[in-house]
Amino acid sequence: MRRWLLLLAAAAAALLMGLVVGPASLGLAAVWDAVIGRGDETAQSIVRGLRLPRVLLAFLVGGSLSVTGATLQAVVRNPLADPYLLGLSGGAGLGAVAAIALGVGGAWAVPLAALIGALLAIVLVYRIALVAGGLLDARVLLLAGVVVGAFAASLMGAVMALSPAPEVRNALLWLLGSFDGASWQALAIFGAYAVLPLAVLYAMARPMDLLALGEEPAQFLGADVESTKRRLYIAASALTAVAVSVSGIIGFVGLVVPHAIRILWGHTHQQLLPSAFLLGGTLMVVADAAARTAFAPLEMPVGVVTALVGVPVFVWLVRRWAS
Amino acid sequence: MGELIFEARAARYRYEGADADAVSGVDMEVAPGELVAIVGPNGSGKTTLARLLLGVIAPSGGAALAAGRPAAEWTRREMARRVGVVAQREEPAFPLRVHQAVLFGRYAHLGPLGAPGPRDIEAVERALQRCDVGHLRGRWVATLSGGEWQRVRIARALAQEPKALVLDEATASLDVRHEMEVFELVAALVQGEGLAAVVVTHHVNLAARFAHRVVVMDGGEARAQGLPRDVLSRAVLEQVFGWPVEVSMWRGAPQFVPLRKGEGGDESSS
Repeated sequence: MRRWLLLLAAAAAALLMGLVVGPASLGLAAVWDAVIGRGDETAQSIVRGLRLPRVLLAFLVGGSLSVTGATLQAVVRNPLADPYLLGLSGGAGLGAVAAIALGVGGAWAVPLAALIGALLAIVLVYRIALVAGGLLDARVLLLAGVVVGAFAASLMGAVMALSPAPEVRNALLWLLGSFDGASWQALAIFGAYAVLPLAVLYAMARPMDLLALGEEPAQFLGADVESTKRRLYIAASALTAVAVSVSGIIGFVGLVVPHAIRILWGHTHQQLLPSAFLLGGTLMVVADAAARTAFAPLEMPVGVVTALVGVPVFVWLVRRWAS
Repeated sequence: MGELIFEARAARYRYEGADADAVSGVDMEVAPGELVAIVGPNGSGKTTLARLLLGVIAPSGGAALAAGRPAAEWTRREMARRVGVVAQREEPAFPLRVHQAVLFGRYAHLGPLGAPGPRDIEAVERALQRCDVGHLRGRWVATLSGGEWQRVRIARALAQEPKALVLDEATASLDVRHEMEVFELVAALVQGEGLAAVVVTHHVNLAARFAHRVVVMDGGEARAQGLPRDVLSRAVLEQVFGWPVEVSMWRGAPQFVPLRKGEGGDESSS
């Protein structure tokens, strides 16, 4: 109980902070007035039009990535799995860069192309991992993810080398992750889309516990291992693909957050998934706030921030975990 | 008395791409309150036979039945409510405490979102006590000894409230004391609670002393089966294991000693 209060309080504090910091300096009171629709109109349009959808999207994406990271760790039985492990990032990157190089226009072109690239990578990895007798082999899944990712990344390199478009730099920056393009529309689309995979993953929390024991023990304890793995993989990677398409590739949140929760509170997925969601969302909002303000008026890609913080934290967690 | 727990009728199984049957034409049955040992050398089809009975694989020919119904037709959930399995090795990917591990035995009794109720907690508690691992409940399983971990896994199987236990080489890596403890525990469960048990092992001498009946597997076939003292003869063991042995009776159970080269001169003694 104390844990949930702590997580909720942290989330609320982070969201509030995300609304307060920014180029236009607004006090806490002014922000609150703006949220509930009172006071200065400029403040209202900044807070409600720009910052609120942005912090909410960051929260939702951070939470989703943490949940998918925890899920894939259970599926491949490896605590080092992260949401992008399975070739997703390569596919998304290739899609985004290809769209830009081909000069496809429109605000939705890059996200949509990234989504298509990521989904193609998912299908390909899934197809490769279906081995003898149509069984999904978690070890092959892991390897397939790595090679499909590498293959897509080299194709991306080829497209970049051959493309004269100066926008390729923008594609790369976009890939490093940003909530710059957040809008109520993007939030609504992502929110509507994320509900189903998140619900599916939460509903499978128990079988996930069993998978961690190994596939055969899980089976003997009553889990339908094959369909469990498939549903988990598909729900987790589809969710990650959409997260990538609204915000680029933001590494380490999905790796470090589930890990931290595992160390702090254990591995029971019914608790792990929601607490990873809250902590992941919280940290993402903080990282985004840091990305916006550290070098203002320039903005860092939020993926750079999460990696700069995430890597040392991860090293510390792993060393602690190993001892 | 009552229906058979497991039944194999001319059961046959060939792995994909293999050029011989792993199990070929085996008949066997397991009744409630009976401890049946499946013995035999490596690769003789012991584990494949157990997997057929558990419905993990479906026979290529013949039948493998659980409670009279083809074992492979049972859902995993239905099977887990009837049969608890302890295999040789199991390494959890994430740290786990003993009471959590045993609670996993209740999985097949819970709804997808249902929290464990008093009945589940009670079943876990009973299983912990029965296997004498109650004092370990708060420990991380990674810190248990091999014997403790096996007892915890038997407790988990009991938490399933099964009608049968299947142990597949569950004592293979244990020292004498821990191995005996596991066998004693299983024998007590069979005797005291009327469970059926199938114990796959290559420890013929222990099978001879604990099992009501023994199935001797060799090259996929059941070379012999029946009461230990009828089945575990020198002729059968030498043929199956391909090594000279001597068999003597010890308190009614045949016990064998593999002979060293040069010790096998006593053709006359049998």
